[in-house]
Amino acid sequence: MSGHESKYTPNSAFERWLDTRLPIIRFANDTMITFPTPKNLNYWYIFGAILAVCLVIQIVTGVILAMHYEASVDGAFASVERIMRDVPYGWLLRYIHANGASMFFLAVYLHMFRGLYYGSYKAPREVLWIIGCVIYLLMMATAFLGYMLPWGQMSYHGSNVITGLFGAIPLVGESIQTWLMGGPSIGNQTLQRFFSLHYLLPFMIAAAVALHVWALHVPGNTNPTGVEVKDIEKDTVPFHPYYTVKDAFGVVIFLIMFAVFVFYAPGVLGHADNYIEANALVTPAHIVPEWYLLPFYAILRAITFDLGPIDAKLLGVIFMFAAIAVLFVLPWLDTSKVKSMRYRPVARQFFFGFVVVCFLLGWCGAANPDDAVIPALQGNPSLVVSYTVDGAPATNTYKGGDEVFEQAKAFMASLPAGTNPSLAAVPAPTFAFRHLSLILTFLYFGYFAALFFIGLTEKPKALPESIHKSVLKRKPKETGNAVPAE
Amino acid sequence: MQCRLSKMQAGERKNMKTFRILAAGLVGLAFAGLAHAAGGSKHPHGPEGGWPFEGVTGQYDKASVQRGYQVYKQVCSSCHGMKLLSYRNLGEPGGPFYDPAYPNPNDNPFVKALAAENEVMNAEPNDAGEYDFRPAMPADRFRSPFPNDAAARAANGGALPPDLSVMVKARHYGADYVYSLMTGYPEPALFEDREVQENGETLYQKVLDVSKFEKLGHYRPEHTAYLVQPAGQYYNPYMAGDTTPNYEGDPRHAPPGGFLAMAPQLTDGRVEYTDGTEATVSQMAYDVSQFLAWASEPKLEARKRTGLATMAFLLILTTLLWFSYKQIWRKVEH
Repeated sequence: MSGHESKYTPNSAFERWLDTRLPIIRFANDTMITFPTPKNLNYWYIFGAILAVCLVIQIVTGVILAMHYEASVDGAFASVERIMRDVPYGWLLRYIHANGASMFFLAVYLHMFRGLYYGSYKAPREVLWIIGCVIYLLMMATAFLGYMLPWGQMSYHGSNVITGLFGAIPLVGESIQTWLMGGPSIGNQTLQRFFSLHYLLPFMIAAAVALHVWALHVPGNTNPTGVEVKDIEKDTVPFHPYYTVKDAFGVVIFLIMFAVFVFYAPGVLGHADNYIEANALVTPAHIVPEWYLLPFYAILRAITFDLGPIDAKLLGVIFMFAAIAVLFVLPWLDTSKVKSMRYRPVARQFFFGFVVVCFLLGWCGAANPDDAVIPALQGNPSLVVSYTVDGAPATNTYKGGDEVFEQAKAFMASLPAGTNPSLAAVPAPTFAFRHLSLILTFLYFGYFAALFFIGLTEKPKALPESIHKSVLKRKPKETGNAVPAE
Repeated sequence: MQCRLSKMQAGERKNMKTFRILAAGLVGLAFAGLAHAAGGSKHPHGPEGGWPFEGVTGQYDKASVQRGYQVYKQVCSSCHGMKLLSYRNLGEPGGPFYDPAYPNPNDNPFVKALAAENEVMNAEPNDAGEYDFRPAMPADRFRSPFPNDAAARAANGGALPPDLSVMVKARHYGADYVYSLMTGYPEPALFEDREVQENGETLYQKVLDVSKFEKLGHYRPEHTAYLVQPAGQYYNPYMAGDTTPNYEGDPRHAPPGGFLAMAPQLTDGRVEYTDGTEATVSQMAYDVSQFLAWASEPKLEARKRTGLATMAFLLILTTLLWFSYKQIWRKVEH
């Protein structure tokens, strides 16, 4: 809390001199050392520290990689492999950077789910939440730009799909798309501007993080009870050493998982096609983004119908951006005054449903939209004979086992010459991923709508009087570090 | 006016292109779904006993990688380049011909000799301004079989043999895929020659009775059903693709896989191994897959070594921090 009294006393002549000119040591002391922090924070509150570490790791490895990278369509792919082979520990830098992006998103998703569960977006922390959403948007932009740089097949064709999204915007879309690509199609100029922006955006993230921390330190942390700090002496502990040590412990656990990926499965989160140099003339059979964008990709592809004057493509783009935009207005969508889901028995169920929906959307994003969700329930494909009668197309469909193939063959043989018969297998209609995606898309938005109505009718459980009391109520053997799903 | 018109056309073309790419992506997805319904490609499998480079401490089998280089040199390199590799890589730590006596691989006489087996064009012109051919040095890149892609296509019936530098990382299932593909072709004896009359012309076709191709396992139909191999193309159940248009049997049971322009390359005894190993098809496929795995990921051993040290460090740090945490928080009710 910025309102808390500064406990900093300059100890040397230099510190006193500096403190009256630029109180930077006082500032650091107040924000990172003596900052009063609720004493009941659980392990879901360590991701802020983890994210700070992720950002530093990405910037440090990224700056060094940029020293060796060549942003040109002829040299990019080879320069990345040169980093892997000839730059001392270049393989380590690149694998840390590539997997670091995934780790960054993993941490940010857990951080956001934490915020959603404990109502961290509610007054007086709306601005803190919105800055967080801005950081998330910047992260997605940075990750997308960075994925372009190895100039592999997925880089190229993924970028084509994403820049194409902007082309769907009416009137100005095409101009925006051309402006993004720097020309009529993706080429050297696109790669160079993506590289430039990929280097720029992390520093904008860093600036937004500074604002995020500032906005955090005005109202102070939330905590699992959602009850605000009432008595600094009883309810809080100084950030250092209590939370520095706890965060450090969390960070190291996270780094162990990070290292497992970097050293033992560095390619498992990537896509094999990105080790094929970009080729505009060969489109990969299955274009998929990195895992952290899959839920939004699923929403984009879920919309396959036109709505009035809005065509399916634009509608998909609108839904995809709305899925992110809805987070910005969440503080005003949730009508409940109770912050923590611990005390919201109805909303809590919906929250867990929402988490499941997000995972399922990710699954849909990775899958083929036309594939059966449950292949066992899909019937046998039918055989369709296509032919022409007096120039008009006609079909004849056969359903059944192996015997219908003979029937179809006999039918084809019986057709007169000039009817050009051909035989194809058509999969049986089934509940496919595109159907599931559509349902999940509505459930995704439904959660936010539900929060509005639940808040009006829900009867919350009794809140503890204070953080201090809530801690004392527990039995001594309980550590208070329980996960939210206790 | 002319200029504006062409600009508009360019704009339209661009629109069309974007649309086509998007549409192609969606259609591709749809087709992938159809292909999947018709079988897709066969799931690749590794050699019995797996690869020595798998697992937390796995390393390359140096002798096998050396033999794999021999297979690459004598078989693959006539069509496939490896432009990201230099001969010196063979003698670097982790490489198949690394000799601790020569920390600089450019001094390693064995690597020098391997390089000198290849003739490359000098990058610098001579005094007369012409480019000479000379024996390669360790610092040179692997010799490319063709001067450019067009020449490569011209010599291979229109198909471009892909560069193999990162092949194992560029395919799903990596080394398993390479191994399965190289050993997965139907035996030549299974093919029959057939003459077909079409539009008054006689076509000579190579057809495979899929019901006799036992390696297909449960994909094998019970009754005779022919797969027509297009001219200059070869059927392989592990190749990505779609066999439906070429299959004369029930399209719902089209065999898995697709066609590629590479004829089966490995036959027993194709290579005479310098270390006396018997050159069976599976042995050569095993060796060349492992060589390509090394070429794709030459720092694998260094990576796993560093990983072990990093893990040990992190675990010790975790323990220390856990006890620090418990110590600092011991008096705080929380």
